[in-house]
Amino acid sequence: MSTRRGRWLRGAIAAAGIHACLASAALAAQLAPAERRSGYEFMSAETRAMQDDDATNPAVLSLLDGEELWNRKAGAAGQACAGCHGDARASMKGVAARYPAWDAAAGRPLNLEQRINACRTGRQQAPALAYESRELLALTAYVARQSRAMPIAVAADGPAKPFLDAGRATFYRRQGQLNLACTQCHDGLWGKKLAGNTIPQAHPTGYPLYRLEWQGVGSLQRRLRNCMIGMRAEPYAYGAPEFVNLELYLMWRARGMKLETPAVRP
Amino acid sequence: MARAVVSVPSTAKRGQVIEIRTLVQHAMETGFRRTQLGEAIPRDIIRSFVCTYNGEEVFRADFHPAIAANPLMTFSMVATASGTLEFKWTGDKGFSLTESAKITVA
Repeated sequence: MSTRRGRWLRGAIAAAGIHACLASAALAAQLAPAERRSGYEFMSAETRAMQDDDATNPAVLSLLDGEELWNRKAGAAGQACAGCHGDARASMKGVAARYPAWDAAAGRPLNLEQRINACRTGRQQAPALAYESRELLALTAYVARQSRAMPIAVAADGPAKPFLDAGRATFYRRQGQLNLACTQCHDGLWGKKLAGNTIPQAHPTGYPLYRLEWQGVGSLQRRLRNCMIGMRAEPYAYGAPEFVNLELYLMWRARGMKLETPAVRP
Repeated sequence: MARAVVSVPSTAKRGQVIEIRTLVQHAMETGFRRTQLGEAIPRDIIRSFVCTYNGEEVFRADFHPAIAANPLMTFSMVATASGTLEFKWTGDKGFSLTESAKITVA
Protein backbone atom coordinates (compact mmCIF):
# COMPACT_ATOMS: atom_id res chain seq x y z
CA MET A 1 0.00 0.00 0.00
CA SER A 2 2.69 2.50 -0.87
CA THR A 3 1.09 3.91 -4.02
CA ARG A 4 -0.91 7.14 -3.93
CA ARG A 5 -4.06 5.12 -4.55
CA GLY A 6 -3.16 2.88 -1.67
CA ARG A 7 -2.72 5.82 0.67
CA TRP A 8 -6.05 7.22 -0.47
CA LEU A 9 -7.78 3.92 0.15
CA ARG A 10 -6.26 3.68 3.57
CA GLY A 11 -7.41 7.18 4.43
CA ALA A 12 -10.90 6.51 3.16
CA ILE A 13 -11.45 3.48 5.31
CA ALA A 14 -9.83 4.75 8.46
CA ALA A 15 -13.10 6.34 9.52
CA ALA A 16 -14.78 2.97 9.31
CA GLY A 17 -12.44 1.63 11.96
CA ILE A 18 -10.64 -0.85 9.75
CA HIS A 19 -7.46 1.13 10.09
CA ALA A 20 -6.59 -0.77 13.25
CA CYS A 21 -6.40 -3.97 11.20
CA LEU A 22 -3.86 -2.49 8.83
CA ALA A 23 -1.78 -0.99 11.62
CA SER A 24 -1.34 -4.37 13.25
CA ALA A 25 0.21 -5.66 10.08
CA ALA A 26 1.79 -8.80 11.50
CA LEU A 27 -0.35 -11.89 11.07
CA ALA A 28 -2.01 -12.87 14.32
CA ALA A 29 -1.19 -16.10 16.08
CA GLN A 30 -3.53 -19.06 16.01
CA LEU A 31 -6.18 -19.11 18.76
CA ALA A 32 -5.51 -21.37 21.71
CA PRO A 33 -8.30 -23.98 22.17
CA ALA A 34 -9.28 -22.53 25.56
CA GLU A 35 -9.84 -19.00 24.21
CA ARG A 36 -12.15 -20.06 21.40
CA ARG A 37 -15.67 -18.59 21.54
CA SER A 38 -18.71 -19.35 19.44
CA GLY A 39 -20.40 -16.36 17.81
CA TYR A 40 -23.26 -17.17 20.22
CA GLU A 41 -21.25 -15.74 23.09
CA PHE A 42 -20.93 -12.35 21.38
CA MET A 43 -24.69 -11.98 20.90
CA SER A 44 -27.19 -10.07 23.02
CA ALA A 45 -29.24 -11.98 25.61
CA GLU A 46 -32.35 -11.46 23.45
CA THR A 47 -30.81 -13.02 20.33
CA ARG A 48 -29.47 -15.94 22.38
CA ALA A 49 -32.93 -16.56 23.81
CA MET A 50 -34.34 -16.49 20.27
CA GLN A 51 -31.90 -19.19 19.17
CA ASP A 52 -32.40 -21.40 22.21
CA ASP A 53 -36.18 -21.69 22.03
CA ASP A 54 -37.74 -23.67 19.17
CA ALA A 55 -40.90 -21.57 19.56
CA THR A 56 -39.02 -18.37 18.64
CA ASN A 57 -36.10 -19.55 16.46
CA PRO A 58 -37.24 -18.56 12.95
CA ALA A 59 -34.99 -21.22 11.37
CA VAL A 60 -37.40 -23.84 12.76
CA LEU A 61 -39.74 -22.99 9.86
CA SER A 62 -36.95 -24.03 7.49
CA LEU A 63 -36.38 -27.25 9.46
CA LEU A 64 -40.05 -28.18 8.96
CA ASP A 65 -39.60 -27.60 5.21
CA GLY A 66 -36.50 -29.81 5.35
CA GLU A 67 -38.34 -32.61 7.12
CA GLU A 68 -41.01 -32.59 4.44
CA LEU A 69 -38.39 -32.68 1.65
CA TRP A 70 -36.58 -35.53 3.43
CA ASN A 71 -39.73 -37.66 3.20
CA ARG A 72 -40.81 -36.59 -0.30
CA LYS A 73 -39.99 -38.78 -3.30
CA ALA A 74 -37.95 -37.05 -6.01
CA GLY A 75 -36.32 -37.88 -9.33
CA ALA A 76 -36.49 -40.75 -11.82
CA ALA A 77 -35.60 -43.32 -9.15
CA GLY A 78 -38.81 -42.43 -7.28
CA GLN A 79 -36.94 -42.47 -4.00
CA ALA A 80 -37.04 -40.14 -1.01
CA CYS A 81 -34.06 -39.48 1.28
CA ALA A 82 -36.00 -41.42 3.91
CA GLY A 83 -36.25 -44.41 1.52
CA CYS A 84 -32.56 -45.26 2.04
CA HIS A 85 -31.66 -43.36 5.20
CA GLY A 86 -34.86 -43.89 7.19
CA ASP A 87 -35.45 -41.61 10.13
CA ALA A 88 -32.97 -38.75 9.92
CA ARG A 89 -33.02 -38.32 13.69
CA ALA A 90 -31.13 -41.63 13.94
CA SER A 91 -29.31 -41.98 10.61
CA MET A 92 -28.06 -38.37 10.32
CA LYS A 93 -27.00 -37.98 13.95
CA GLY A 94 -23.42 -36.70 14.00
CA VAL A 95 -23.09 -36.51 10.21
CA ALA A 96 -22.91 -32.71 9.93
CA ALA A 97 -20.17 -32.60 12.58
CA ARG A 98 -17.90 -34.52 10.17
CA TYR A 99 -18.44 -32.34 7.07
CA PRO A 100 -16.79 -31.24 4.79
CA ALA A 101 -15.61 -34.83 4.34
CA TRP A 102 -13.49 -36.67 1.80
CA ASP A 103 -15.41 -38.14 -1.15
CA ALA A 104 -13.57 -40.78 -3.14
CA ALA A 105 -15.79 -40.43 -6.24
CA ALA A 106 -15.23 -36.67 -6.43
CA GLY A 107 -11.56 -36.99 -5.47
CA ARG A 108 -11.90 -34.08 -3.04
CA PRO A 109 -13.79 -33.09 0.10
CA LEU A 110 -17.49 -32.26 -0.26
CA ASN A 111 -19.48 -30.05 2.05
CA LEU A 112 -22.92 -31.05 3.30
CA GLU A 113 -24.77 -29.23 0.51
CA GLN A 114 -22.65 -30.93 -2.14
CA ARG A 115 -23.10 -34.31 -0.44
CA ILE A 116 -26.90 -33.88 -0.54
CA ASN A 117 -26.75 -32.88 -4.20
CA ALA A 118 -24.46 -35.85 -5.01
CA CYS A 119 -27.11 -38.12 -3.48
CA ARG A 120 -29.85 -36.37 -5.47
CA THR A 121 -28.13 -36.67 -8.85
CA GLY A 122 -26.54 -40.09 -8.22
CA ARG A 123 -29.15 -42.04 -6.25
CA GLN A 124 -32.45 -40.23 -6.73
CA GLN A 125 -31.62 -39.27 -10.33
CA ALA A 126 -33.10 -35.85 -9.65
CA PRO A 127 -31.69 -32.49 -10.74
CA ALA A 128 -29.27 -30.93 -8.27
CA LEU A 129 -30.76 -28.22 -6.06
CA ALA A 130 -29.37 -24.73 -6.66
CA TYR A 131 -26.93 -23.40 -4.09
CA GLU A 132 -28.67 -21.13 -1.58
CA SER A 133 -32.10 -22.25 -2.80
CA ARG A 134 -34.83 -22.55 -0.17
CA GLU A 135 -34.95 -26.33 -0.66
CA LEU A 136 -31.22 -27.00 -0.36
CA LEU A 137 -30.92 -24.79 2.72
CA ALA A 138 -33.93 -26.51 4.31
CA LEU A 139 -32.60 -30.03 3.66
CA THR A 140 -29.10 -29.09 4.84
CA ALA A 141 -30.45 -27.45 7.98
CA TYR A 142 -32.64 -30.48 8.70
CA VAL A 143 -29.70 -32.87 8.34
CA ALA A 144 -27.37 -30.63 10.37
CA ARG A 145 -30.03 -30.21 13.10
CA GLN A 146 -29.61 -33.89 13.95
CA SER A 147 -26.05 -33.16 15.13
CA ARG A 148 -27.00 -30.26 17.40
CA ALA A 149 -24.88 -30.11 20.58
CA MET A 150 -22.41 -32.66 19.18
CA PRO A 151 -18.70 -31.74 18.97
CA ILE A 152 -17.29 -30.83 15.55
CA ALA A 153 -14.95 -33.59 14.36
CA VAL A 154 -13.76 -33.28 10.75
CA ALA A 155 -11.00 -35.60 9.55
CA ALA A 156 -7.79 -33.56 9.31
CA ASP A 157 -5.52 -36.37 8.15
CA GLY A 158 -5.64 -38.78 5.24
CA PRO A 159 -6.58 -37.69 1.72
CA ALA A 160 -8.33 -34.49 2.90
CA LYS A 161 -5.09 -33.11 4.40
CA PRO A 162 -3.84 -31.15 1.35
CA PHE A 163 -7.28 -29.56 0.95
CA LEU A 164 -7.33 -28.51 4.59
CA ASP A 165 -3.85 -27.02 4.13
CA ALA A 166 -5.11 -25.09 1.08
CA GLY A 167 -7.97 -23.75 3.18
CA ARG A 168 -5.56 -22.70 5.90
CA ALA A 169 -3.43 -20.90 3.30
CA THR A 170 -6.53 -18.98 2.15
CA PHE A 171 -7.28 -18.00 5.75
CA TYR A 172 -3.78 -16.55 6.19
CA ARG A 173 -3.45 -14.97 2.73
CA ARG A 174 -3.98 -11.23 2.31
CA GLN A 175 -6.55 -10.50 -0.37
CA GLY A 176 -8.75 -7.82 -1.85
CA GLN A 177 -8.26 -4.09 -2.22
CA LEU A 178 -8.05 -3.72 1.56
CA ASN A 179 -5.24 -6.30 1.57
CA LEU A 180 -6.62 -8.13 4.57
CA ALA A 181 -6.31 -11.77 5.65
CA CYS A 182 -9.10 -13.54 7.57
CA THR A 183 -6.68 -14.15 10.44
CA GLN A 184 -6.07 -10.45 11.08
CA CYS A 185 -9.61 -9.83 12.29
CA HIS A 186 -10.71 -13.28 13.45
CA ASP A 187 -7.53 -14.37 15.29
CA GLY A 188 -6.12 -10.96 16.15
CA LEU A 189 -9.00 -8.53 16.70
CA TRP A 190 -11.94 -10.65 17.84
CA GLY A 191 -14.05 -9.06 20.55
CA LYS A 192 -13.27 -5.58 19.23
CA LYS A 193 -15.65 -3.54 17.12
CA LEU A 194 -16.00 -3.18 13.36
CA ALA A 195 -18.36 -0.21 13.16
CA GLY A 196 -21.24 -1.24 15.44
CA ASN A 197 -20.60 -4.98 15.29
CA THR A 198 -18.44 -7.17 17.50
CA ILE A 199 -15.83 -9.09 15.50
CA PRO A 200 -16.36 -12.82 16.16
CA GLN A 201 -13.76 -15.57 15.90
CA ALA A 202 -15.28 -17.07 12.73
CA HIS A 203 -16.19 -20.51 14.03
CA PRO A 204 -18.83 -22.03 11.74
CA THR A 205 -20.75 -23.69 14.56
CA GLY A 206 -24.33 -23.06 13.51
CA TYR A 207 -24.71 -23.26 9.72
CA PRO A 208 -27.04 -23.12 7.91
CA LEU A 209 -28.27 -20.35 10.21
CA TYR A 210 -30.87 -17.63 10.40
CA ARG A 211 -29.25 -14.24 10.13
CA LEU A 212 -31.45 -11.35 11.17
CA GLU A 213 -29.67 -9.09 8.69
CA TRP A 214 -30.55 -11.50 5.87
CA GLN A 215 -34.13 -11.94 7.09
CA GLY A 216 -33.66 -15.59 6.29
CA VAL A 217 -31.59 -18.77 6.40
CA GLY A 218 -28.22 -18.81 4.65
CA SER A 219 -25.17 -21.04 4.19
CA LEU A 220 -21.61 -20.63 5.41
CA GLN A 221 -20.55 -19.80 1.85
CA ARG A 222 -23.02 -16.90 1.77
CA ARG A 223 -21.39 -15.60 4.95
CA LEU A 224 -17.89 -16.07 3.49
CA ARG A 225 -18.94 -14.12 0.39
CA ASN A 226 -20.08 -11.27 2.69
CA CYS A 227 -16.64 -11.12 4.30
CA MET A 228 -14.83 -11.23 0.95
CA ILE A 229 -16.98 -8.43 -0.46
CA GLY A 230 -16.30 -6.48 2.74
CA MET A 231 -12.55 -6.64 2.17
CA ARG A 232 -13.14 -5.81 -1.50
CA ALA A 233 -11.96 -9.14 -2.83
CA GLU A 234 -13.81 -10.89 -5.62
CA PRO A 235 -15.78 -13.69 -3.96
CA TYR A 236 -15.54 -17.26 -5.26
CA ALA A 237 -18.64 -18.74 -6.86
CA TYR A 238 -20.99 -20.84 -4.72
CA GLY A 239 -19.63 -24.37 -4.40
CA ALA A 240 -16.12 -23.37 -5.56
CA PRO A 241 -13.38 -25.73 -4.34
CA GLU A 242 -11.60 -22.80 -2.65
CA PHE A 243 -14.67 -22.22 -0.48
CA VAL A 244 -14.99 -25.90 0.45
CA ASN A 245 -11.29 -25.97 1.42
CA LEU A 246 -11.84 -22.89 3.58
CA GLU A 247 -14.95 -24.46 5.13
CA LEU A 248 -12.90 -27.56 5.93
CA TYR A 249 -10.18 -25.48 7.58
CA LEU A 250 -12.69 -23.44 9.59
CA MET A 251 -14.43 -26.59 10.82
CA TRP A 252 -11.07 -28.09 11.81
CA ARG A 253 -10.21 -24.83 13.56
CA ALA A 254 -13.49 -25.18 15.50
CA ARG A 255 -12.92 -28.87 16.25
CA GLY A 256 -14.46 -29.99 19.52
CA MET A 257 -16.83 -27.01 19.67
CA LYS A 258 -20.53 -27.85 19.77
CA LEU A 259 -22.79 -27.56 16.72
CA GLU A 260 -25.69 -25.15 17.24
CA THR A 261 -27.55 -25.63 13.95
CA PRO A 262 -29.84 -23.91 13.29
CA ALA A 263 -28.24 -20.91 14.97
CA VAL A 264 -29.50 -17.32 14.95
CA ARG A 265 -27.01 -14.52 14.35
CA PRO A 266 -27.47 -10.76 14.19
CA MET B 1 -46.24 -23.34 1.15
CA ALA B 2 -46.30 -21.27 4.25
CA ARG B 3 -46.05 -22.56 7.75
CA ALA B 4 -46.75 -21.37 11.25
CA VAL B 5 -45.49 -22.58 14.60
CA VAL B 6 -47.69 -21.76 17.59
CA SER B 7 -46.72 -22.31 21.18
CA VAL B 8 -49.63 -22.61 23.63
CA PRO B 9 -49.43 -24.32 27.04
CA SER B 10 -51.42 -27.57 26.82
CA THR B 11 -52.83 -27.17 30.33
CA ALA B 12 -53.52 -24.19 32.59
CA LYS B 13 -55.37 -23.31 35.79
CA ARG B 14 -58.58 -21.29 35.48
CA GLY B 15 -57.76 -17.59 35.67
CA GLN B 16 -54.07 -18.13 34.97
CA VAL B 17 -52.29 -15.69 32.63
CA ILE B 18 -50.74 -17.71 29.81
CA GLU B 19 -48.25 -16.68 27.12
CA ILE B 20 -48.96 -17.40 23.46
CA ARG B 21 -46.19 -17.29 20.87
CA THR B 22 -46.73 -17.49 17.13
CA LEU B 23 -44.12 -17.66 14.38
CA VAL B 24 -45.21 -17.51 10.75
CA GLN B 25 -43.27 -18.06 7.53
CA HIS B 26 -43.53 -14.99 5.32
CA ALA B 27 -41.05 -12.86 3.33
CA MET B 28 -42.77 -9.54 4.31
CA GLU B 29 -41.62 -7.83 1.11
CA THR B 30 -41.95 -4.11 1.89
CA GLY B 31 -42.79 -2.74 -1.56
CA PHE B 32 -40.01 -0.16 -1.21
CA ARG B 33 -37.24 -2.28 -2.72
CA ARG B 34 -36.16 -2.39 -6.35
CA THR B 35 -34.48 -5.04 -8.49
CA GLN B 36 -31.01 -4.47 -9.93
CA LEU B 37 -32.77 -3.28 -13.10
CA GLY B 38 -34.65 -0.64 -11.15
CA GLU B 39 -38.08 -2.24 -11.25
CA ALA B 40 -40.15 -1.89 -8.09
CA ILE B 41 -40.76 -5.14 -6.21
CA PRO B 42 -44.47 -5.12 -5.35
CA ARG B 43 -45.47 -5.15 -1.71
CA ASP B 44 -46.30 -8.60 -0.33
CA ILE B 45 -46.92 -8.57 3.42
CA ILE B 46 -49.22 -10.06 6.03
CA ARG B 47 -51.87 -7.43 6.76
CA SER B 48 -53.63 -8.81 9.80
CA PHE B 49 -53.49 -11.42 12.51
CA VAL B 50 -56.44 -12.55 14.60
CA CYS B 51 -56.60 -14.98 17.50
CA THR B 52 -59.93 -16.41 18.66
CA TYR B 53 -60.55 -18.40 21.84
CA ASN B 54 -63.58 -20.71 21.54
CA GLY B 55 -64.87 -18.46 18.76
CA GLU B 56 -64.38 -15.20 20.63
CA GLU B 57 -61.75 -12.74 19.38
CA VAL B 58 -59.10 -12.19 22.07
CA PHE B 59 -56.24 -10.63 20.13
CA ARG B 60 -55.83 -8.78 16.84
CA ALA B 61 -52.91 -7.05 15.16
CA ASP B 62 -52.42 -5.07 11.96
CA PHE B 63 -49.07 -5.61 10.24
CA HIS B 64 -47.19 -2.96 8.28
CA PRO B 65 -44.24 -2.97 5.85
CA ALA B 66 -41.60 -2.32 8.55
CA ILE B 67 -42.27 -5.65 10.26
CA ALA B 68 -39.48 -8.21 9.75
CA ALA B 69 -39.75 -11.40 7.72
CA ASN B 70 -41.18 -14.45 9.52
CA PRO B 71 -42.98 -12.35 12.15
CA LEU B 72 -42.94 -13.55 15.75
CA MET B 73 -45.91 -12.43 17.81
CA THR B 74 -46.02 -12.90 21.59
CA PHE B 75 -49.00 -11.97 23.73
CA SER B 76 -50.71 -13.08 26.92
CA MET B 77 -54.30 -13.92 27.81
CA VAL B 78 -56.31 -15.33 30.70
CA ALA B 79 -57.21 -19.01 30.51
CA THR B 80 -60.95 -19.22 31.25
CA ALA B 81 -62.19 -22.49 29.75
CA SER B 82 -60.95 -25.59 27.94
CA GLY B 83 -61.21 -25.34 24.20
CA THR B 84 -59.53 -24.28 21.01
CA LEU B 85 -57.41 -21.29 20.08
CA GLU B 86 -57.53 -20.39 16.41
CA PHE B 87 -54.95 -18.22 14.71
CA LYS B 88 -55.47 -16.61 11.32
CA TRP B 89 -53.05 -14.56 9.22
CA THR B 90 -54.24 -12.78 6.08
CA GLY B 91 -52.25 -10.64 3.66
CA ASP B 92 -51.45 -9.41 0.18
CA LYS B 93 -51.79 -11.66 -2.88
CA GLY B 94 -54.57 -13.62 -1.19
CA PHE B 95 -52.33 -14.90 1.60
CA SER B 96 -54.31 -16.81 4.21
CA LEU B 97 -53.10 -19.25 6.82
CA THR B 98 -54.84 -20.75 9.83
CA GLU B 99 -53.49 -22.75 12.72
CA SER B 100 -55.13 -24.02 15.90
CA ALA B 101 -54.15 -25.34 19.30
CA LYS B 102 -56.05 -27.04 22.12
CA ILE B 103 -55.88 -26.03 25.76
CA THR B 104 -57.22 -27.84 28.83
CA VAL B 105 -58.20 -25.58 31.73
CA ALA B 106 -58.66 -27.19 35.14
